Amino acid sequence: MENIKKRKASATEGLDRVDGRLKVTGKAKYSAEYNTKGLVYGVLAGSTITSGTIKTIDAKAAENAPGVLAVYTYLNSPKIPGYQDPPTQPKGPFRIFDDNKIYFNGQPVALVVADTFERAQYAATLIKVAYDKASFQTDLKSNISAGVSPRNGKDYVKGQEDAYKTAPVKIEQEYILPTDVHNPMELHTIIANWDGDDKLTVWDKTQGVLGTQRSIAQAFKLDPKNVHVISPFVGGAFGAALRTWQHEIAAVMAAKALKKPVKLVLSRAEMFTAVGYRPYTWQKMGLGATPDGKLVGITHEASGQTSMYEDFTEGTVNISQLMYACPNVNTRYRLVSLNVNTPTPMRGPGEATGAIALECGMDELAYALNMDPIDLRVVNHADTDPQTGKPYSSKFLKDAYQLGADAIGWKNRNRKPASVTENGWLVGYGMGTGMFGAYRGAATVLARLLADGTLDLETAVTDIGPGTGTAMTNIASEVMGVAADKISVKIGDSALPPSPTQGGSSVTSTVGSAVNDACVQLKEKLKELSGTAEGGNLSYAQILQAHNLPQLEVTVTSKSSPEAAKYAMYSWSVHFMKVLVHPTTGVVKVDKAVSVADCGTIVSPKTARSQIIGGTIMGTGMGLMEEAVIDHRYGRLVNNDFANYHVPIQADIPQLEALFVNKPDPYINPMGAKGMGEIATIGVAAALANAVFNATGKRVRDLPITPDKLI
Amino acid sequence: MKQFQYTKATSPQGVLEAISKPGTKIIAGGTNLVDHMKHGLIAPDKLVDINHLPLKGITPTKSGLHIGTLALNSVVSENALVLQKQPLLSMALKAGASPQLRNMATVGGNIMQRTRCTYFYDTIMPCNKREPGTGCGAMEGYNRMHAIFGASGQCIAVHPSDMCVALAALDAQVIITGKKGEKRMPFTDFHRLPDDHPELDNHLAKDEMILGVEIPDNNFAKNSYYLKVRDRQSYAFALVSVAVGLDLSGGTIRSARLAMGGVAHKPWRLFEAEKFLAGKTATEDNFKQAAQLAMQGAKAYEYNAFKLKLAPAAITEALKHASGIV
Repeated sequence: MENIKKRKASATEGLDRVDGRLKVTGKAKYSAEYNTKGLVYGVLAGSTITSGTIKTIDAKAAENAPGVLAVYTYLNSPKIPGYQDPPTQPKGPFRIFDDNKIYFNGQPVALVVADTFERAQYAATLIKVAYDKASFQTDLKSNISAGVSPRNGKDYVKGQEDAYKTAPVKIEQEYILPTDVHNPMELHTIIANWDGDDKLTVWDKTQGVLGTQRSIAQAFKLDPKNVHVISPFVGGAFGAALRTWQHEIAAVMAAKALKKPVKLVLSRAEMFTAVGYRPYTWQKMGLGATPDGKLVGITHEASGQTSMYEDFTEGTVNISQLMYACPNVNTRYRLVSLNVNTPTPMRGPGEATGAIALECGMDELAYALNMDPIDLRVVNHADTDPQTGKPYSSKFLKDAYQLGADAIGWKNRNRKPASVTENGWLVGYGMGTGMFGAYRGAATVLARLLADGTLDLETAVTDIGPGTGTAMTNIASEVMGVAADKISVKIGDSALPPSPTQGGSSVTSTVGSAVNDACVQLKEKLKELSGTAEGGNLSYAQILQAHNLPQLEVTVTSKSSPEAAKYAMYSWSVHFMKVLVHPTTGVVKVDKAVSVADCGTIVSPKTARSQIIGGTIMGTGMGLMEEAVIDHRYGRLVNNDFANYHVPIQADIPQLEALFVNKPDPYINPMGAKGMGEIATIGVAAALANAVFNATGKRVRDLPITPDKLI
Repeated sequence: MKQFQYTKATSPQGVLEAISKPGTKIIAGGTNLVDHMKHGLIAPDKLVDINHLPLKGITPTKSGLHIGTLALNSVVSENALVLQKQPLLSMALKAGASPQLRNMATVGGNIMQRTRCTYFYDTIMPCNKREPGTGCGAMEGYNRMHAIFGASGQCIAVHPSDMCVALAALDAQVIITGKKGEKRMPFTDFHRLPDDHPELDNHLAKDEMILGVEIPDNNFAKNSYYLKVRDRQSYAFALVSVAVGLDLSGGTIRSARLAMGGVAHKPWRLFEAEKFLAGKTATEDNFKQAAQLAMQGAKAYEYNAFKLKLAPAAITEALKHASGIV
């Protein structure tokens, strides 16, 4: 390990977030802040039952309330053109105001539009809906037997099924992760403004302006070019804004019917039922090994919840197929349809849930073997991709274990649980590994050099928080040799050159490559113009001036090469936790956290560090406090606000250390950079649960680990 | 929310006149009242803003400390006299809510705040406190945060305040004004148990208002502690909290004051435990015995049985901190 250059992103290293000042001074304009002339306000009313049909709707009082322009329900809402085609699948996205069926509690049954937000909100409380109630199920735990294989989903078997049972040392345990909700600070928002019958502009909270453009164009049967989607700043999303939701369709519908711009901002309570969540998931993990720790078999089962109207699947069990070298691996994944809204990917979708079972399971196995948990992982390290046998494009996971172990002080860990105290608190150390596919899609970037030597970069991608604009600036600055403060980035607009939705930890790889390639081309053009290989001693500005050019512009599309398909590409993380647990009150405090990412070259150290820290905090919430609770007698959430749904606050978070292996991946893209958004969270909750076990000897397998579970 | 009228009060007398009319509510910091209005729990016709009344003072009296009803929670928690004479109150205040809320919330408003039972807050759910006769959603529902002492067949909600737990322990008095003039009520008598009228949180009549509280001088300053066990380190209501004031001489407890939060419809004073501790030495064993005495009559529901273990553990822990054993 001596030759690893330990690279710690410090606050002084790398570019500041290019839009940081705008954000902290309130000058960054978010979707809800485009107060178009004549703006009117929409507020949804939700179902108070969980399953059944609407019998009658009395909207008179609401319609007659001051300032109300319209009340839309399934009875009077203009038909959404795209909903009129016969469905191609038996199940699909929920269609707002399409019929009188109720699938889940909180399902929108009416949209009130008024001249002020407050008036719309008040009028929404005046709508009286009578229902025929039907029976319902909202509890996954009591419906596991009702699980079915998802469409086209086959159980995965490599070698022998359930081989772990034959191993000399084995563990078999069940784990529960309750529903976690994305809850970004910025509420989901849309402003829809039509220009005639076939053209509109929307300011939208979205992770992909082109995805939203496509969805709205489909729903309203428009030419996508006529749907202009603008989303320059997004206040966090974590997956909740990956798709176009029904409140967006409703707002566009109302704006068209009223011929007025309509703004619709979800309430915090609606954020729990209108924009997806990480599904409640039951898992069972069987691990078997030889006495020296070599894995004999892995069997991973999972049942996740979905809605009655749509199947949502995620790769919960995939991580067990991919993480370790093991001759026998089998996984089973089932979906349980319940009277809930459809889940949606949430940071580290599937993998973050699966890693709880796999990485807690590995810790339990390490105890059964009386082995160090890191040693167990190193013994079973996969040198090639266990699924395909392909070589990895790059993998420095062993280095990551070492970096993290050194930083957390792993040598101070006493293997025997509940054996160390500090000031009356039990001390425990735990770790968990994360991995996620490293992707590169296609993106187009326009790079424009102006006569004053400044550089513009333009592409449609949104920045949901990781610092996409900053990473783009870093890459361009490095390739072009132009100072960062001479570079401006324009993103978050469907009128700009196409780039993909921000998601799947792929944007720096995808868009960054296009920035790189555009800058390389621009540089070549400049070389041609200057007539010398290196442009002589002329600056870019001088070259343009010499040719009397006001600007020089290239638009470049960049995508993965076929060569890349020869390799298995993944990012890895290792999370280390030192926790303190109070022996009699069960309070858990994170004393120190170290997260190490092996995700290729770090192109933007400062924002990379922020991203790892953010992901670790999200994982801490998952491990210690987040849980959306439904009262199954009513099928209704009982903690859908920030007072009762706990996310970590400052006091819960110690100084977090983010470390990077920072070695390039030679195959994925020109920067050698792989994604880190998902791996920042995957494995954190397991590390916490393992640390709590080390501290207390108590294995909490149903998250979150709240004080009541430890006394 | 429903449109309402707003007026500024110019005197306590004016407030009393205003609230004698039905549909009128007092607003101070508004940190709880406005939530109630937004959630549709109440829809007052008129709000009387009392923020401008001269009731913010924190002043020593002959035998105690007077705190005006409009003193902000943040101000009280940092006040030099409070820190010197009644540090327990400061500790409890700082354990409550968030800095932003404490900057708005007043002492009177804190006393008057209502339960955070989620069934009370959701107008779709049954709740005898919000709408008498509809039933208790929590009794057989998600009752993790609910009472283990003094509940009734009508309501198992808990009072959410931290400040009130300290004031109950410190033998504070509530100073009240009404049409018949001023009166004082022991803090421990101010809040009610739910009995058959869970809609009533306390004994303040509809036409009365709180002017302030007074805490009698005591010898607890050196050995006070407020322990709050919660699901996260800040901005979370207590699973269980314990306020302790000990008058210690050498290793002997001359007198003790103990109250708990998160366990009952009112701040729950632990008189039996106090009696037991008086005259005893400050040892962990005595603390554990006191904690067991405090648990007499406790009753749990499906999701809050952990409080039967957590509460005595928290009492013992708080006593250890207060006495300096930890």
